[in-house]
Amino acid sequence: MIRPHDDTLLYLDDVTVSFDGFRALNALSLVMEHGEMRAVIGPNGAGKTTMMDVITGKTRPDEGRVAFGANTDLTRLDEPSIAALGIGRKFQKPTVFEPHTVWDNFLLALAGDRRPQFTLWARETDEERKRIEGLLATTRLSDVRHFRAGDLSHGQKQWLEIGMLLAQDPQLLLVDEPVAGMTDAETAQTAELLREINRNHSVMVVEHDMDFVRALDVKVTVLHEGSVLSEGSIDHVSADPKVIEVYLGR
Amino acid sequence: MSYLLTRSLDKSATAFLLIVAAVGIALPLLNLLLPESSAFQVPTYLISLFGKYLCYAILALSVDLVWGFAGILSLGHAAFFALGGYAMGMYLMRQIGGRGVYGNPVLPDFMVFLNWQHLPWYWYGFDHALFALLMVVVAPGLLALVFGWLAFRSRVSGVYLSIMTQALTYALLLAFFRNDMGFGGNNGLTDFKEIFSFPLQADATRDGLLVATAVVLALALLAASGIVTSRFGKVLIAVRDAESRTRFLGYRPEHYKLFVWVVSAIVAGIGGALYVPQVGIINPSEFSPASSIEAVIWVAVGGRGTLVGAVLGAVLVSAGKTYLTGALPEVWLFALGALFILVTIFLPGGIIGVLRGRQRRRPTVAAAEPAE
Repeated sequence: MIRPHDDTLLYLDDVTVSFDGFRALNALSLVMEHGEMRAVIGPNGAGKTTMMDVITGKTRPDEGRVAFGANTDLTRLDEPSIAALGIGRKFQKPTVFEPHTVWDNFLLALAGDRRPQFTLWARETDEERKRIEGLLATTRLSDVRHFRAGDLSHGQKQWLEIGMLLAQDPQLLLVDEPVAGMTDAETAQTAELLREINRNHSVMVVEHDMDFVRALDVKVTVLHEGSVLSEGSIDHVSADPKVIEVYLGR
Repeated sequence: MSYLLTRSLDKSATAFLLIVAAVGIALPLLNLLLPESSAFQVPTYLISLFGKYLCYAILALSVDLVWGFAGILSLGHAAFFALGGYAMGMYLMRQIGGRGVYGNPVLPDFMVFLNWQHLPWYWYGFDHALFALLMVVVAPGLLALVFGWLAFRSRVSGVYLSIMTQALTYALLLAFFRNDMGFGGNNGLTDFKEIFSFPLQADATRDGLLVATAVVLALALLAASGIVTSRFGKVLIAVRDAESRTRFLGYRPEHYKLFVWVVSAIVAGIGGALYVPQVGIINPSEFSPASSIEAVIWVAVGGRGTLVGAVLGAVLVSAGKTYLTGALPEVWLFALGALFILVTIFLPGGIIGVLRGRQRRRPTVAAAEPAE
């Protein structure tokens, strides 16, 4: 039995989600610590994306509790409130604002007042410009800052979206399949980028690509049929017979 | 304010404002100053006709604001236009006073005809111009606020929202047809005599109304481009294309949609208020779903999401309608339908899309990417 302690950032306690009788999450329990980077793997339908939906408020669990920080119950909040609390999410399919420039995408993502009565009159401040310059450098997008986001390559879109997460300055980043469709070089750069981000933020990465997970070199949680099958280092879980049977062995 | 002005005015909008201003000044001058014998004298009926087109342009602008920038395809925007029109019509009815056919100093003719003894409470205050002008803004704005608050909060969007807007305008159509609603029923409100004490039939009043309409259109265009080029507008476009993404960034799309929806309804209402004195009548047919759909076609033809295109589309299609319904009345509806289909298939960016496409054929961006 896992229990939260002082250092706990995120605590999923016996979370169950059913869709028309199908249990997407089945009494899932998981603890993440402050500053931790966690890789979550599992075959298709294991519940990875549903878990992220529950954490970000898109889906309400039928049973169980989701605690963030000391005593915030995430199951009572909607998406914008959870985002304001400091949980950012990158989608599986890169979702950026295509008609806007890379610069404007970062501008909209920057932490700040989100209310219409503010944005209607808001002007770019030097502070904001400085932060966007920093994000452009981190995500290696400085040269394409004035490009429409829709004109970027697939890999650049993924980085832009990760950069937009950073711009929100969240405590926890949820990153869904960041290297799907990337070249090997891009994959290696993304692993580096995530490690860099992990210096100041907690990160949860959902990924299929085992080489990538190995490159991250962090604690791995294996999901299967909506619950945790195994947990530990990548070497530990790859050696676990249960994991080999349902996932790696195929 | 000056910041808002410089920011919102790109070249095409500036050029367009100049054209609207030129037309708004030149036509009335040519109508008033030249003798009727002159070849350049603009007949008064053309002044009113052009004023009507500009009112349609204001409606088109309001449709483009929500459809082009927030992705809300309203098939009921004429309802807001008509509500603004009815508010103005009620004021014009009260202005008639004792000069009506029945000579009743308080009750409009249709109420006397229905044997009503008292003015209904919701007609109170409409004898005051300022109150009526306030209602021009409040009536459509309030309806949009209630409708939008319910719809956007429940995350109704796409085709479902379009159907609801269509139902809204149809319900109002049926309601305003009823005589006991107290808005003139089938015949609506007409036989107006004066506006702000100026005789409505006078050339100078007609010219003044055209100038006022051109000024309002220019201001609405400025305000709309100010909104869509602000950071608010960028969020709005983001909501249009990736609504759930904006939620995960911490924005509340329903607040953004509601604001622009209400602004749009108010702009449409003001357009309707300017329309009624120039055409001389407002009746329930303005609520018909077809009017709203026509407004959507104007926007599609001119170029969705360009503001200027909406204005252009409204004027051009309406001018075509005037010509065709006169020359070949049975052809008009087919022509309108064909126009919509052709534009959707061949000119998805509308007229403005074609103009802009010619202007800048940029090299494809993929070629400029750094090689790995």
